[in-house]
Amino acid sequence: MSLLNLHLKVWRQTSANAAGRFQDIEAKEIPDHASFLEMMDIVNQRLIEKGEEPIAFDHDCREGICGSCSMVINGRPHGPEKSTTTCQLHMRKFRTGDTIFVEPFRAKSFPVVRDLVVDRGAFDRIQRAGGFVTVRTGSAIDANALPIGKETADAAMDAAECIGCGACVAACKNASAMLFVSAKAGQLNLLPQGKPEKTRRTLGMVRAMDAEGFGNCTNQYECEAACPKEISVDWISKLNRDFIWSAVTEKEVSTGGGGE
Amino acid sequence: MTAVTASLFRFYDSSIGKKILIALTGTILVGFLLGHLVGNLLIFAGRDAINEYGHFLQTAGHGMLVWIARVVIFGSIILHAVLTIQVTRRNRASREQKYGKEHTQVASKSSRMMIVSGLTILAFFIYHILHFTARKFNDYDTYKTLLDGHEVHDVYRMVIAGFSWFPAAAFYIIAMVLLCSHLSHGVASMFQTLGLGTDKTRPLFEKLGKAYALFILVGNCSIPIAIYCFNYPR
Repeated sequence: MSLLNLHLKVWRQTSANAAGRFQDIEAKEIPDHASFLEMMDIVNQRLIEKGEEPIAFDHDCREGICGSCSMVINGRPHGPEKSTTTCQLHMRKFRTGDTIFVEPFRAKSFPVVRDLVVDRGAFDRIQRAGGFVTVRTGSAIDANALPIGKETADAAMDAAECIGCGACVAACKNASAMLFVSAKAGQLNLLPQGKPEKTRRTLGMVRAMDAEGFGNCTNQYECEAACPKEISVDWISKLNRDFIWSAVTEKEVSTGGGGE
Repeated sequence: MTAVTASLFRFYDSSIGKKILIALTGTILVGFLLGHLVGNLLIFAGRDAINEYGHFLQTAGHGMLVWIARVVIFGSIILHAVLTIQVTRRNRASREQKYGKEHTQVASKSSRMMIVSGLTILAFFIYHILHFTARKFNDYDTYKTLLDGHEVHDVYRMVIAGFSWFPAAAFYIIAMVLLCSHLSHGVASMFQTLGLGTDKTRPLFEKLGKAYALFILVGNCSIPIAIYCFNYPR
């Protein structure tokens, strides 16, 4: 184990409407086997001991599956390691003397709550507009009574890997949410359980996405490169396809899923 | 408002709907560029070849075909420009606070300057129409020649006169470089937006788009370069 001395430039912002600024913090003697969040914990502990306000950041499972951790590290959501969340990023990926910018995910639709914490409620509202299947409760149908091809099941699992962290929005030059929305809609649109509500789901989720103020996809694929779960932009193409079909076949009764 | 117009408005209003219209008008313009280039290369086949082609375009369908083409092309350009300006404004507004440290992983330079290349091409298009189609601020309308005993417009002489003037040749080449940049992202992007992109097809579309962009650049620039630099038809 070796120890790293790092120069951090951390975004500090007291509330959504306050002006933010970068704070220079010297992070000395950070063990290289710490995760990025553990490094933040060490920095925060020292801030608390000095009587200063610790840095607010989101975290939960710390094993790369909950989608809570965020942060843009040196301009890259979740940092420099491919298909890795911030919590699984290790300090051995940095060198002593490095300057590290730590910023919140930046998008108008993800307002900053405090420091590095942003409100990703927009994603929940999009999900409520169609990111579900309606099922009859009571007696579940027999598990094998509904045949699903292996290719379909595999593809749906690929889309289901999305943890909804919002790195796609943070990485996109236009702060577009298309990768998230396309993975969530695509996963259900692909499966027989999701097909009956495909039209209203697709239109409902896309309209909710637009209403939240996200940008438009310009096919630059920064989202796919940043995604910790390697969600493919194939899903965006599929959403475009499903949208065309849904817009053409929409009936007046389809008013766009659950909503608020 | 009827159900049909309401749903058309909703389609136009949505982010994906706008992008699909951008892709469709882009497809029309990409097709037009190819036809325009192939026709223009007839300049290297001699005076009669391009004049006959020009005369055919002017008179086909009793002179109606050229107007149908103009309406479709002008309409596509206007719609393409209006939509992309709307989309770009929204994209810029969706991130109010910029990153302190910007990083780009895969987005090409071309893809990041689409609005700049696009608007320059639009300015060039207006100039190009005034120069060779409306023939304003020049005497090209007086260029006539005989073709099979009929008096026709001398396209050949007009193009050579047009590109013998340095500023016209230079602006043309600059616009073509930007057009190449625009197409190198736009062509592949078109397929993705129309829902045809998959992990199998996307690399193919990207190569196809770049090859097409390069073909349009080399083909179009060959004309002013031949005329201005090599004094074609010496």
